Amino acid sequence: MILQAIFFYLCGGITVASAVMVIAARNPVHSVLFLILAFVNAAGLFMLMGAEFLAMILIVVYVGAVAVLFLFVVMMLDVDFSALRRGVLSYLPIGGLIGALLLVELLTIVGAWAIGPDVTKAITAPIPPANEIPNTQALGLVLYTRYIYFFQAAGVILLVAMIGAIVLTLQHKPNVRRQVIAEQVARRKASAIEIVKVKAGQGLP
Amino acid sequence: MIIGLGHYLSVAAIVFTLGVLGIFLNRKNVIIILMSIELILLSVNINLVAFSTFLGDIVGQVYALIVLTVAAAEAAIGLAILVAYFRNRGSIAVEDIDLLKG
Repeated sequence: MILQAIFFYLCGGITVASAVMVIAARNPVHSVLFLILAFVNAAGLFMLMGAEFLAMILIVVYVGAVAVLFLFVVMMLDVDFSALRRGVLSYLPIGGLIGALLLVELLTIVGAWAIGPDVTKAITAPIPPANEIPNTQALGLVLYTRYIYFFQAAGVILLVAMIGAIVLTLQHKPNVRRQVIAEQVARRKASAIEIVKVKAGQGLP
Repeated sequence: MIIGLGHYLSVAAIVFTLGVLGIFLNRKNVIIILMSIELILLSVNINLVAFSTFLGDIVGQVYALIVLTVAAAEAAIGLAILVAYFRNRGSIAVEDIDLLKG
């Protein structure tokens, strides 16, 4: 129990601290690195809760893909980030006020709320005991059966995002000669070669 | 010292608030705003997984998976828009994005 508490406060504390640094760091590259730290520690929290598959997916998807994508874009763009930083403190009073209000409201809800007694009757797919069926298998058993349409929709969303990102960033340079397959296929013998009868001993004029 | 549902919800609430605060503070820098949105979605995921485990219902983790997918797609599209915009205008400051005069 005490080990669980230590692990929770470690992961939760680092998550919150690195979330602070994400929005407070001067250099956006540092922001991305702190975002990675926040996600890794959130994965630790997931692990603590027993959602091992989601913890691993969080690391693979976020640290492996999204954060690297952010890093690429931050390093690729030639932007003076210190100019974008100017005037941050002027937004601090109103932003801090709204943030504090939001936090107090959310924590009040967290503190004052209780689970209704008959909620446990409304459970759709109960988590099986972890020593019988591991988390990954348990997730697959519902994800591929009852929630197969959600799973397919997620795939379609990723496909749309992929095509959208390619379409948005693909550049057509005017002086690059590209392959036009229709022209190649439409090419016939008559348009491609010319047959010239050359008389013996004369050569072409 | 038992770590209950409230502890996880508190962490998620703090991270959510920090995400909102990040949008307020860095309102000139689109990249930080996108990262703040990622933080908000992360806090949503912590909430979903916490409720899923403490109520013993695995559907919450299915939803967290869907949210993860949407977050990844959103990051990809957002950054693609950012790159395309930077190629056209040479700037990513939010106040320069006023072509529609909205």
